[in-house]
Amino acid sequence: MNNNLLFDFTVDKITRTVFINREFAAELPLVWDAFTKPEILDQWVAPKPWLSKTKYMNFKVGGRRFYAMVSPEGQERWSIQEYTSITPKINFKMYNAFADKDENPELPGSEWEYNFSEQNGITKVSIIIKNESLARMEKMIEMGFTEGFKMAIDNLEKLLTTLSKK
Amino acid sequence: MRRDIFQAIADPTRRSIIALIALQAMTPNAIADNFNTTRQAVSKHLRILTECELVKQEHQGREIYYSLEIDKMKEIDKWLDQYRNIWETRFNQLDSVLSTIKKNKK
Repeated sequence: MNNNLLFDFTVDKITRTVFINREFAAELPLVWDAFTKPEILDQWVAPKPWLSKTKYMNFKVGGRRFYAMVSPEGQERWSIQEYTSITPKINFKMYNAFADKDENPELPGSEWEYNFSEQNGITKVSIIIKNESLARMEKMIEMGFTEGFKMAIDNLEKLLTTLSKK
Repeated sequence: MRRDIFQAIADPTRRSIIALIALQAMTPNAIADNFNTTRQAVSKHLRILTECELVKQEHQGREIYYSLEIDKMKEIDKWLDQYRNIWETRFNQLDSVLSTIKKNKK
């Protein structure tokens, strides 16, 4: 991938706020769609081999996305995102909380804000996540660990195949 | 249930306690002398910090000394690094999705 694209990630531990900035080599309308349309979101938002499955998404103020992160073993982790403010192609805000499969939220969740801007065909997305709890990060990290583990196994398999051919 | 470390360090008094005992191990009374608060309030803060394993207790005779668990503080940074990696992975996936969509449009 293009390594010249900005990516920064900072955390204010005291206020428990995460700041993320990332540039993408695409025009703003496409990047906006990638963050606001379920059919595109589901293609990238889950760290592989996890899958993202959107049950429904109603992208308007007061509307919701109810979705699950699905583990390679088929275990589903449900979450609700509720949109609190939308300024098309500029900004949107939402409240994110884990939930059970019947859409009952586990409070408290976290507040998310996304800002979009474009310069010379490069779109910058800024994300601010407030009060991300350690428990939530742990769940996310658990998925990351699974991914790392799977990759390690795949690599080992490839290595073994290569070695056995010799 | 595990206590939230971020909540533990979000409290200004607890942050001051961490700063104090980072320099040297101290008894609850010695710690309380530095604050305009009761010994009970300080004990409660120490209990929360101990439950998060941010501080550890050592018995010396009849006194209990509190000191900082440096490793635990480092662990917080490790958690955050891993969280950052997940975002990086996710965005790399989005890069591929975006380039695929762009190619298909042409």
